[in-house]
Parts: sequence; C-alpha cells; structure tokens
Amino acid sequence: MDAIILQILNGLDKGSAYALIALGLTLIFGTLGVVNFAHGALFMIGAFVAVTMQKLLGLSFEQIDESKTDFLGNPLKVEVPYVESWFGPDVGAALIDWSVPLAILFAIPVMLVIGFVMERGLIKHFYKRPHADQILVTFGLAIVLQELVKHFYGANPIQTPAPDAFIGSFDFGAMIGFDPNVIIYPYWRLVYFLFAALVIGAVFAFLQFTTFGMVVRAGMADRETVGLLGINIDRRFTIMFGIAAAVAGIAGVMYAPILSPNYHMGMDFLVLSFVVVVVGGMGSLPGAVAAGFLLGILQSFASMNEVKSLIPGIDQVIIYLVAIIILLTRPRGLMGRAGVMED
Amino acid sequence: MSKTNITRRGLMKTGAATGAGLALPTIFTSGAAAFTNEPTGSTVTLGFNVPQTGPYADEGIDELRAQQLAVEHLNGEGDGGMLNTFSSKVLDGTGILGKKVEYVTGDTQTKSDAARASAKSMIEKDGVVMINGGSSSGVAVAVQGLCQEAGIIFMAGLTHSNDTTGKDRKANGFRHFFNAYMSGAALAPVLKNAYGTDRRAYHLTADYTWGWTQQESIQASTEAIGWETVNNVMTPVGAGDFSSYIAPVLNSGADVLVLNHYGGDMINSLTQAVQFGLRDKQVNGKQFEIVVPLYSELMANGAGENIKGVYGSMNWNWQLQDEGTKAFVKSFGEKYGRPPSNSAQTCYAQTILYADAVTRAGSFEPCAVAAALEGFEFDGLGNGPTLYRAEDHQCFKDVLVMKGAENPTTEYDTLEIVEITPVDQVTYAPDHAMFGGAEASLGACNNGA
Repeated sequence: MDAIILQILNGLDKGSAYALIALGLTLIFGTLGVVNFAHGALFMIGAFVAVTMQKLLGLSFEQIDESKTDFLGNPLKVEVPYVESWFGPDVGAALIDWSVPLAILFAIPVMLVIGFVMERGLIKHFYKRPHADQILVTFGLAIVLQELVKHFYGANPIQTPAPDAFIGSFDFGAMIGFDPNVIIYPYWRLVYFLFAALVIGAVFAFLQFTTFGMVVRAGMADRETVGLLGINIDRRFTIMFGIAAAVAGIAGVMYAPILSPNYHMGMDFLVLSFVVVVVGGMGSLPGAVAAGFLLGILQSFASMNEVKSLIPGIDQVIIYLVAIIILLTRPRGLMGRAGVMED
Repeated sequence: MSKTNITRRGLMKTGAATGAGLALPTIFTSGAAAFTNEPTGSTVTLGFNVPQTGPYADEGIDELRAQQLAVEHLNGEGDGGMLNTFSSKVLDGTGILGKKVEYVTGDTQTKSDAARASAKSMIEKDGVVMINGGSSSGVAVAVQGLCQEAGIIFMAGLTHSNDTTGKDRKANGFRHFFNAYMSGAALAPVLKNAYGTDRRAYHLTADYTWGWTQQESIQASTEAIGWETVNNVMTPVGAGDFSSYIAPVLNSGADVLVLNHYGGDMINSLTQAVQFGLRDKQVNGKQFEIVVPLYSELMANGAGENIKGVYGSMNWNWQLQDEGTKAFVKSFGEKYGRPPSNSAQTCYAQTILYADAVTRAGSFEPCAVAAALEGFEFDGLGNGPTLYRAEDHQCFKDVLVMKGAENPTTEYDTLEIVEITPVDQVTYAPDHAMFGGAEASLGACNNGA
C-alpha cells in the first residue's frame, strides 16, 4: 500500500510536467492546426530562463583576497555578486536563493515574445502545408534552438536549486498513519504539482469565462464562421500560441530544480508529451491534462522493483504500450472529438 | 599460333574479382606499406576521437585541450609541461622520430556507432597512426575493437569499465585510466573508517557495461568489509528523473545509497536523492550516507552543494603536489585559464606515452610500439610510479579517494583528496574473475596493411 501511494506521489510531478506541455501542444493544435514539434524546446528554454536568472543574479565582480591563493599560486580572486554589494549580503543572498520563482516573472514575457516570433516568423507560413511539412519545420526549429542553447550554456546539466526553504522532504506517510520514513515526498515536487494545478486551472478559466476565451473556443470549433462574423481570429490564435509557449516556459522554469537543465531535456519530454496528446485525444484540453497525469503515474508504477522484476524493461515501454492499447480500443483517444485530424 | 581462351563467363569472373578487390577498403589491402598508415613524409598524424557533441561534449572539449597541449609539447612549443618531469627522456621536442606531429579530431557523440565511424574515417581518410580519447566505456570497447582490426594503436581516454582491459582487452589497445575494480578496492577501506562495517547498501546502477562492472566491483569490495547489499536496481541511461528509483530506498532498510551513475545521470540522481532528504535521515540508528564511486570535476560542478561530504574516487586530480602534476597544471592553466580535469590528464599522458613508446621502439609499427609499452615502468606524469602491465595493457598506479569539499573557494576545488591509495592495494591478477577470468586474452597484435 505504502509503495503504491509513494509511486502515485512520484507520478504527480512528472505527470504535471507532461500535462502542462501537452496542454500547450493541444492548444496550438486546436487553434492553429499545427503539430508543433518545437514545443519541447520551449519547455527547455523555460528551464534555461531559470538558469539565466540564477546567473544574472549571481553576476559578480572580482575582489582579490590576499590571504588565499588560486590553483596557479596567484592571490585568489573572490567573486562577490553585485546584488550582494548593492542590497547587502542578506537581501542579496535571499534574491539569489529565490532565483527560480523570480524567473517566472521574466519567463512569462520572454516566452510570449518567443512564441509570437516563432508563430509570425516561421510557423504561419506552414498553415496551408501538409502536417508532415509542419512536423519537419518545427522539428528542425527545435534542433536549432537546442544547439543554440548548447552553444551558450554548454552540454553539461546546470544545477538550478530551489530556494532553501523548499529543500528536503516531508513525511507524508507519518501524516496518514504509516511508519516514519516510509512515504517521503520532496517539498519542491509538491510545489510543482500545486503550481501545475494552478496554471491548468487558470488556462481553463481563461478559455471558459472570458470573451477572448469564448471567441477562441468558437474559432477552434468553426474557424470559418467566426471569421465571417468579422472577428480577426488569426490574431487571437497568435496570442494563444504565445500563451501556450508561456505555459511550456513556466513549466520548464519550475522543473529546473527537479531536473538540472540540459540542452536536450526538451526532446526527452516532447515525445512523451505527444503520446500524452494522442492518448488524451487530439484537440481535447481536458484529455491532455488527464492523460498527462495518468501516464506520469503509470510510468512511476512501472519503475517499481516489484513490477520490473516481473517484466524487465517495462519502465521504458509502459507509456507506448498503454498508448497502443488505448488507440486500439478508443481510436480517438480518451476524450477525442470526432472529425479532428480525420479529414 | 597461340589461342587465348577468353570466355564470357571467365571474363566476368575475373572482372568481378578485380572489382571486389578494388572496392575493399585500402586499409586492408595496401600491400606497399609495412603497416597501416606508415608515415612516409615529414609529419605524422594522430587521431583524437572525443565527444564534441552530445551530453559529454564539455568533457570531450577538455580532453581536446589536453591533446592539443600534448602535441605542442611534442613539437617543442610551449613550456614542455610534463615532458620535463617524465622519467623517460627520449622525447626532445622535435616531434616523434623527427616527424612533426599533426592531429585530426573526430566526434564520438558518446555513441558507439558514431565513434566507430569517426575513428574509421580518421584511419582511412586522414591516415592516423594512433587514436586517443573518449569518455565512455561503451565507446572505448567499440573503438578498441575497430583499431585492433585496422592495425592501429588505441590509447583509451576516460573509460572505467573493467571490460576495457578485462574480457574485451585487445593487443592494440592500452588504458592509462583506472577501472571499476580499483575504485572499489580504494574506496572500501575509507568507507569502513568513515561509516563502519555494519552498513546496508542500496545500489542504483546505470544499465550498460560500465555500470555493471562498477556495481559488481563496489559490491564485492564493500561486502568484503562486512557491508550487506540490500538491493541493486538498474536504471536506464539518461533517465533524467530518478525519483521512482530513489523513493523506495529509505523504506528498504538500507542506510547507504551507492550511485553507480556517471555524468548527467549522476548529477540528476544525486540532486534528487538530496531533494528527497535522504542525507538528513537516520536509518538503523545511523546517519544515511550516499557514495558515488566514480567522480569527475564536471560532475562535481554540476552537482553543486549536494556533493559536500560524499565519497568517490578519481584517476588523478590537479590538487596533487607531485612535480608532474604541478608542471601540467601550470602549463594547462596558463594556456586555458582553468585547471585540467582527470580525463584531460589521462589523454595528455596517453599521447605522451605513445610518442615515447614509438621513439623507444624506433618505429611507428604498431606491434613494435605495443612491445615498447608492455611492461613499461615510468613516473613523472602525475600519478606517481606507474606500470603498463603487459598481460592486459592496464596501467597500475595509485588511486585517489575523493570527498566533496565542505567549503570550496572556487568552482575548481569542489572535491578534496581524502587519501592516495597505494597501487599495491588496487592491484589484481590479470586473470581475475571480474576481468574475464582465464579465457580473457589480448589476442595477437595487428600491424594491419
């Protein structure tokens, strides 16, 4: 029992990331009809916004400390961060400590702009082309983006810690009556899950309760009619692309403390997120979210020693296995609508 | 009048045979040379096969820095580095056997097939006589096999699996880097002093040749000091999120977690283990501990704060105080503004050792070079007195036990040397069971051509 609860908890944070990426993918597919293979790269760029924030706050000037020497025997140059000399050591250190949450503030405008530029600059030229062309061009874009990141940040993962207040784990098992240390869960992963729930809720509320959202939903259902009503649906869809990029970006920012950002993390998540979208049903937002959590938790279960000893290697294929079963039994996915990608 | 009997069928047979002969790669057929890629001009070309793209690119770039430095020193440029401290004095800064040293580079991408392709290209197109570099045992075993077939000397870079000089050892392949067995043998006494003999270990292991031999070695050496092995779980390479594997550790009754991971995997698994609060826990009345058998500087940097107090092992570290190390760090540091990594040191040493062996043999002929390396004893390359053992082409030298520093002053001293384990303590028999047993054999050396 305790092992099951443990793996459900473990699946939640991974599932949150899948759900957030799949949500953005579905938004873009539902509005613009584009299969965006560069979406994982947006998640990765988000994580690197956190890295950049950490580096910017850590920008330092050199002070020579005569009492110590460096590896060549010269007096040691000690790096003093500017923020510590401007705001005092305490406030400065706190700012650096909180660089990941602070990065969210920057990630939203940055990702919106990147989203607009991507859509207006490249992807809009491919709306009338076949899906295969769209996949090729967005896949190419993803490779370009990840090589750019590698050029500036190197290939090694970059440690991006959460604020000290969230380091460590709490004993969930003890709270619900298990022995101590049986079910532990890191604080930051709980924060990530709550954050994902908040973002998903906000996106749904935006689409459900605002006029803008209503128009977008109408456009997703019948683009031509909405256009005939004199509404500039293209512009709204561009904004939705920006929002989808921002969702992927902030998902990446918050994931940075869980998985040290590296340039290829986007690709790792992209493939799985696509499976999530397909399992959830192409074009279905609730489907994407539900499938994200479902597959995240299933993957966690498959990593259990007990399961792996029964079926070796199952942790690597479980997601695809489930996808095959679901597509065989429900060809439109869990919550797919008729007529999507079926013309 | 003689009659030549040319039939249509005969002509086609001859044509096909000739065609097939011409189509064979020249490395296997060039009969004129005595051995593959015999240098005939005033230069000789070395092939540096390192990861220039992919997850280990940073490590590969540091290897390349060291290899370029070694070429400079061989050609008499720069300050000479460890040539000044090397016990063998035949290298005089005029290249190798009077030929100026040039080099080409290949990109292994840390993938066996890509590494073989780039090595093959360097051998066939660029005419290299030796291949050096790499940062994975999977790659090293693959490239070593290729060099054996082609008749080229392979001077391995960073490869730590027992198999490289164990069951997969080759007559044309040589390893300066230490191995998994040596890590286990060096770490066990230190772990015994630090954590006692009554410990229960849980292993997470990268699922490929290096992980397997690393795990086997550290399990054997910790069980020899009385530890119990609770579980060993294989994790996929590049898993990213290890939480599903880490979460059950505390409840397993283990009080030590051994991470048989390298590079990015190790950074992630260690970071996540710390996030799960393992190191703050008390299990079986003892403080929970984490051990990382193989360290590298890049990993230590990547893991940041999490590495403090964690034990591991290394082939070499720039903080050593012998003359060779000091000369190398000065030379490397002044050129690149940073201390060299242990993979850089092994590639530098391997390049110098190859050049020295050629010079002592008086020939680039692979079998002559191999004979000069076999049983060669040397000093002054940063690791103290070292033997290139003839039976398996493995270097035997002291091993460093390291610990994450509590108060690093720069990004370069995140690890501190705990102990220099003497070579006798890490030496094993060439037919040791972990190294392929009695069946393991170098085979015959191959001159190619």
